Amino acid sequence: MIETSTIWIVIILLGLGTFLIRFSFLGLIGDRKLPRWITLHLNYVAVAVMPALVAPLVVWPEATGGALDAPRLLAALAALAAGLALRSALWSVSIGFGVLYFMLFVVS
Amino acid sequence: MNKPTQSVHSYYWIGLRDTVPFLLIIIPFGLLWGVVGSEAGFDLTAVIAMSLIVVAGAAQFTATSLMVEQSPLFITVLAALAVNLRMVMYSAALAPHLGGQRLGMRLLTSYFMVDQNFALSIKKFEDAPEMKGAEKAQYYLGSATLLVIGWVIASVCGAVFGATIPDYFALDFAIPICFIALSAPLMRSLPHFVAAVVSVIGALMFVNMPYSSGLLLASVIAMIAGVQTEMFLKRRGGKS
Repeated sequence: MIETSTIWIVIILLGLGTFLIRFSFLGLIGDRKLPRWITLHLNYVAVAVMPALVAPLVVWPEATGGALDAPRLLAALAALAAGLALRSALWSVSIGFGVLYFMLFVVS
Repeated sequence: MNKPTQSVHSYYWIGLRDTVPFLLIIIPFGLLWGVVGSEAGFDLTAVIAMSLIVVAGAAQFTATSLMVEQSPLFITVLAALAVNLRMVMYSAALAPHLGGQRLGMRLLTSYFMVDQNFALSIKKFEDAPEMKGAEKAQYYLGSATLLVIGWVIASVCGAVFGATIPDYFALDFAIPICFIALSAPLMRSLPHFVAAVVSVIGALMFVNMPYSSGLLLASVIAMIAGVQTEMFLKRRGGKS
């Protein structure tokens, strides 16, 4: 279980940091331009961080004690395929959960 | 507040109306966040506070999943902030349109910055260059209102009803599916796709590195891979 104090420290630090990110150009930097190499890399931050977060959770799921699990792996692949093909987060979630429940039902 | 004229004010309502369809995305994700947060041990106040203070779904999921894994505080905050770094681009893109507003308004527009209202507003500002600064600000705030209210209310509902959802709904896998759903539509070009693939390979290879530092290393390598792919394609494709 996570410590309550940890939760609140994370909420406050993350809230402050996120606000500063949002306020950066609107409030602090203004119309000046970022160096080109920074903007080039910033374009890829989200696709570089989120897959790295999710990959271990898919390959070694917590619910199975870290053993590769067919329903969860297939659900993840289905969510990915749906997200790529339909460009929609909502469809991706729906299809991912649909496949997960179907496979869990089949396996059990 | 300066007194907005009728026409300035009406832009608020146009913005509000334009975001109605996005509630279809925000509400399910808010519900899911409430469920995931309460499963992770957040009480209702913490769930609401995080939605109100951070107002960024992907970062909230990131931080929560790292806290569940008992990652160090420093890594948790850093990784979640990294997920939010894309908003530096949003802030830079909005500055020419909203940077001339009073400080209070700029603070408000910063707080109310989420993916959907940013995308809507930038498109609107580019389509209607005759809009004045104050009108743009009203449109932007209008387009944020429903999204933020919907996000917070859905979080509360998720947290309240989440505890009653039985185990066979496999909500342990809600975070992975959510991340996939949030990141797959971002892979809109080959370089983005390459970055994501490198990110996955790196994360799996470096999974045993201490303090979740493999996550940061994999992310940095993936970002570089994305940029290098982009530059390679540009060189090969000639001047553009």
